[in-house]
Amino acid sequence: MEQVKVAEQSDAKHTEKAHKQEKETLRSSVTLRVFRANRKTSEHAHFDTIEVPVQRWTTVLDALLYAKSYKDSSIGIRYSCRMASCGSCGMKINGIPRLACYTKVSELSGSSITIEPLSNFPHIRDLVTDFTQFFKHHHDVKPYILGDDPVAPANSGQGAEGETYTENIQTPEDVDKYLQFSYCIKCGLCYSACPTVATDTKFPGPQALAQAYRYTADTRDADTKSRLNVLDDRHGIWRCHFAGSCSSVCPKGVDPALGIQLLRGHLLGFSKNENRVAEKKRKTLDLL
Amino acid sequence: MRESQIMKIHYITGIAALFVVAVHIMMRLIMPFGLSLGYNNVIANYSNMPYAILLESILVLIAIHGFNGLRIILLELRQNKHWEDAVTAGTIAGAMGIIGFGTRTILVANGLGMQ
Repeated sequence: MEQVKVAEQSDAKHTEKAHKQEKETLRSSVTLRVFRANRKTSEHAHFDTIEVPVQRWTTVLDALLYAKSYKDSSIGIRYSCRMASCGSCGMKINGIPRLACYTKVSELSGSSITIEPLSNFPHIRDLVTDFTQFFKHHHDVKPYILGDDPVAPANSGQGAEGETYTENIQTPEDVDKYLQFSYCIKCGLCYSACPTVATDTKFPGPQALAQAYRYTADTRDADTKSRLNVLDDRHGIWRCHFAGSCSSVCPKGVDPALGIQLLRGHLLGFSKNENRVAEKKRKTLDLL
Repeated sequence: MRESQIMKIHYITGIAALFVVAVHIMMRLIMPFGLSLGYNNVIANYSNMPYAILLESILVLIAIHGFNGLRIILLELRQNKHWEDAVTAGTIAGAMGIIGFGTRTILVANGLGMQ
């Protein structure tokens, strides 16, 4: 019986592998259509076509860096970690916002790959965009824990001259409420995919709103009201059309659309105040 | 008024409008469609106080919900204070105008001394 099970599992693995291989388009070279324009020199926007050799594991960033090293050194790209951690190499690849270092050439169909700068961001040069407005929106939602310093009663901890600090205790269940939103790497892909940002420049965007939810749901945060006041504006959270494109392009599996809806629940009074719930729990545990 | 309060009103008026319009449609279906739109029947509807109140509530709910929807669309069109203030004032005036004119029609048809 066990042997049958093992055989079935092995069959399933083989089928999965075959599907994966089917999805991959293996080629020896690929044509990159790279968007070229320079805001400063008011260069006419156009696409440059560059042929680069590729292997099975070549990423779009690898291909671009090859093109920059051996074909045209003037291509403007921004990148850093090359491992989908820093979020610097966000760009539109075949029309979809993606991280160039996280997108393998073999995953993409078609003989040529079109690479453009992210939408909804002011353009600087070639594939480089200006993130000033994006980070301003992020800063505006106060993406940090608000409230008093966690000072504990005297004699309970360490510190210089009477200053005593303690841990701000959180249960794993409390962490689970916001954990996925803390994986955001601020790459701007969701902001680029958002149709509301495209029409309303004052709209904070999915990234900032998801971060607002991340800190609102955090039981250590003591001043949710001031953060919600920022969002409860004419061009704030209510302007989201719930297209869901932000969640589908996120390379880290964050679901900003869900965060926005949960935050709306807070504003409408449907959701429970996480702080009060946690406080009640703590009191119950203390009594026990 | 905070935007969350406005949106609460928007959602509540939307849901309530669905309910009253459903009642209105069901009332129209109790007789043949052609007969339902006959002059005497229409006037009789307005003379029936509960039905007149139902029509007034449809008017108010849909006007508020619809004009707020229009305000939202127009707010996204441009982002500057003059435009936003003008849109807010314009949609409030529009809603008031529609509600005022509609209420007058209901009162006249009802025969409450507005002829």
